[in-house]
Amino acid sequence: MLFFAQIVAMFVTLLVLLGIAGFLVFAERRVLGLLQNRLGPNRLGPLGVGQALADALKLLCKEDFVPPFASGLLYRTAPILVAFSALAGFAVLPLAPGISWAGDWEIGLLLILALSSLHVYGVFLGGWSSNNKFALYGAIRAVAQLISYELPMGLALLALVLLAGSLALQGLGAAGQPVPLIVYQPLGFLIFFIAGIAETQRLPFDLAEAESELVAGYHTEYGGMRFGYFFLGEYLGLVLIAALISLLYLGAWSGPWLPGWLWMLLKTGFVIGIFFWLRASLPRPRYDQLLHWGWNALLPLAILNLLLTAIAAALWGTL
Amino acid sequence: MQNALFHWSFAIPEIWVLAMACVVLLVDVFVGERQRDVAYVLSIFTLLAAMALTWSQMGQTGFAFFGQFHLDPFTSIASFFVELLSLLVLSYSRKYLLRRSLYRGEVFVLLLFALLGALILISGANLLILYLGLELLALSQYALVAFQRGNLRATEAGLKYFILGALASALLLYGMSLLYGLTGTLDLHQIAIALVNVGSANYLLMLAVVFLVAGIAFKFGAAPFHMWLPDAYQGAPTPVTLFMSSVPKIAIFALFLRILVDGGYGSIEIWRQLFVALVVVSLVIGNVVAIAQTNLKRMLAYSTVGNMGFLALGIVAGTQNGLASAFFYAVVYAFMATAAFGLIVYLSREGFEAEEISDLRGLVRTRPWAAFLLLIIMFSLAGVPPTIGFYAKLAVFQALIEAHFIWLAVFGVLMAVVGAFYYLRVLKVALFDAPAEDLAYGADDPLAASVLTVNSLALLILGIVPGALVAFCYHALQGVL
Amino acid sequence: MMLTTTILFYVFSAILLVSALLVITARNPVYSALYLVLAFFNAAALFLLLGAEFLGLILILVYVGAVMVLFLFVVMMLDINLERLKEGFLRYLPLGLAIAIVGVLEMVAVFWTAPIGRVPAPGPIPANADNTRALGELLYTHYLYPFEIAAVILLVAIIAAIALTLRRRPDTKSQAVGKQVAVAVRERLRMVDLRGPKP
Repeated sequence: MLFFAQIVAMFVTLLVLLGIAGFLVFAERRVLGLLQNRLGPNRLGPLGVGQALADALKLLCKEDFVPPFASGLLYRTAPILVAFSALAGFAVLPLAPGISWAGDWEIGLLLILALSSLHVYGVFLGGWSSNNKFALYGAIRAVAQLISYELPMGLALLALVLLAGSLALQGLGAAGQPVPLIVYQPLGFLIFFIAGIAETQRLPFDLAEAESELVAGYHTEYGGMRFGYFFLGEYLGLVLIAALISLLYLGAWSGPWLPGWLWMLLKTGFVIGIFFWLRASLPRPRYDQLLHWGWNALLPLAILNLLLTAIAAALWGTL
Repeated sequence: MQNALFHWSFAIPEIWVLAMACVVLLVDVFVGERQRDVAYVLSIFTLLAAMALTWSQMGQTGFAFFGQFHLDPFTSIASFFVELLSLLVLSYSRKYLLRRSLYRGEVFVLLLFALLGALILISGANLLILYLGLELLALSQYALVAFQRGNLRATEAGLKYFILGALASALLLYGMSLLYGLTGTLDLHQIAIALVNVGSANYLLMLAVVFLVAGIAFKFGAAPFHMWLPDAYQGAPTPVTLFMSSVPKIAIFALFLRILVDGGYGSIEIWRQLFVALVVVSLVIGNVVAIAQTNLKRMLAYSTVGNMGFLALGIVAGTQNGLASAFFYAVVYAFMATAAFGLIVYLSREGFEAEEISDLRGLVRTRPWAAFLLLIIMFSLAGVPPTIGFYAKLAVFQALIEAHFIWLAVFGVLMAVVGAFYYLRVLKVALFDAPAEDLAYGADDPLAASVLTVNSLALLILGIVPGALVAFCYHALQGVL
Repeated sequence: MMLTTTILFYVFSAILLVSALLVITARNPVYSALYLVLAFFNAAALFLLLGAEFLGLILILVYVGAVMVLFLFVVMMLDINLERLKEGFLRYLPLGLAIAIVGVLEMVAVFWTAPIGRVPAPGPIPANADNTRALGELLYTHYLYPFEIAAVILLVAIIAAIALTLRRRPDTKSQAVGKQVAVAVRERLRMVDLRGPKP
């Protein structure tokens, strides 16, 4: 009985997450409108909230079209892979101690990293199997970008793991009580934050789909719900990274008065807000600048951070 | 799991070389093109200090890193020799590297790393460590051989060396894995204990030993596994050849000693026969094919093959004395090869490698002192008394006769006579042929000149009073059996 | 429970073997690489079944996440003619098969005669076993020495690769953005007084 209840609950979690992703699409458009001094979608429902539903409905009703020149199976798999890799990460993400599906799994952090490497494959296959020049360029860019920024990201996390002595997300969150880890790891936080944006391929790091150069990059050929999966994947990835940032660096569920899970949600929302804000304010760098920056600045900084953390840990002990 | 088991202080020379290699790498990045000498001097200092550190460990024995690191007289003495040889290599080659725009920090760093590999190999007491040390040594050498990227011959040499070296590593690794499967341990001393139960009639052990010996012979350059040797020697920049012909010989002897004596002495009946075959083929191929060579580096490569045959004679004897004589031979050969290639380095200049035998025509008229040193070196290589080369051969033959391998000893002496022919031919060209007008040697390198003089004269002087060196080398092998 | 594990084991192993076979038979190198990825995934799943989660996830992280991505990156951009690569296939097949058979026989022989029995079979895994910690202790304490040597080998590989491939090519033309940005007006613009002498 409990088994089935769990399955139903997992299913509900999935739906909620998908709902959040859909809502975020709308929210972002409104926020961008606000920041850019225009309106954004405001027709359907109060404040235009219905737009999210309408978009979803539209995507679902469109024809499922596979271009004749695409490599069928891979073309169909790629978007699912992207959405799956983002969704599966939430399995190990705790909202508060005890509120998660597998938050105390001893190597939850590794699972998230492994899934992010799966994400690369979704993007790569989408671009490659489309047999389209723009899509291929997009895929090449995406892969280069993802592997360039995965390294600093992993190294920043490694410093954190060194301090906290745990690979479980719940343990890492607990290490941030009562002092958020950003206090110990300001540099690591910045590195993770920047690499996180690059990993989700959001502006200003969205060179893989840069509309003005590559039409839509790796998902140029996609339409309908297959395109929707890529979209979902992107926004779910955004939520995941934001949640990770608040869990790992911003003290997770700690905070006065309100219950822990609410604090976690609030912090996540705050980080997402910053992401929106960044999108509205920063221009896109050139592609070679992006890669140089990753390898020549972020990676050495991440190694330095790890080195300093290790020295500090050797001198004063870990948390 | 106490920290006491680390005993990391035993590995101080290794740690020093590693740390300084990293320092040289970093310093080289920052000093730039003009102050390259800083990196060079730093490397020399590293080697000198490493020799001092090794010397200070002389006499200590024990295990470190949970029995993976073995400090015994052999470790100290062999380490000292490879460090000294590396120092010689560096001091010979400054001008050569400068003239060919090879005077780069990476060369020194790779050299130091190769040395580190040799040191690890010498002190290894575990199959895993031995393999890693070997790979470190080999990898650095592959890169060094191919370092002259614009040079087609160097690239070819590097590629051949790399592919055949990888094959040799694979053979060795296969042998090691069979040995591991047989004994269930990687630790050489436990392997030695386990082999007592296995007995030397076990056909899997035979298979393992065959692979191990083949791998070691490959790395030694003993025939019939010598195909890479002439091309690699000829194609590589001469200082790299200089290195390849000296340091690895001692290191690979250590590899043999660790695996097949420390670990696998129980299988001596198996590997002895294999080495007999290697000896016969190496002596014939090395000494006969060398006669046909016109290129000095190639000739010396075949001479290496032949000399590895002589070295293996000591191994065949298999006794305490035999192994000690083999080690003595390895050391002596390394210094002879250093002198021989050092002479080539010294005589070369920009656009002229001085590597053909005919390049030495009439050397005695143009460079009488160099010709005299060449005389010593060639006599020593040929084994003419009173040079040290003679004593090395003598020691090996003595040990062989003590172990009742009379026929093999007779065959060896015969081959030594054949070998003398091509060494003397070089002398004939240098001493009696008319000098060519168009030959100009680039011999304006006082450092290399003095090192060459010391190195060559040492071959002669140690030949007259060999006692100390012999005692030193024999002391290294005290108590290995 | 045992049954589920057994069934899963056979499923994963079967997929692993089939995808490994497809790696070498696929006509398109990109597909080959992808099959290899699939094989890695199944190997990782087998590790998970064995209770070695850390190894499983590290396999995915390192091989799927880093190594194979780089492979695909290269393969995707190369124009590999597999037909030419496969030309000598039949000619070398007998030799390859013979070597493979010998290898297999030798491995069988090792397992047969010898005494893997000397290595005690692993006992039941304790409930709170933390294999990450156990691996860490082994690697950084017991096997510290080989671990460090392996690190040095990687360092040498990096140095060698860079030293052998990095070349400055003075003859190519490229923009030096820094110089362009840093340029001052005076360097580009010369003011010339064109007014003639005053009448």
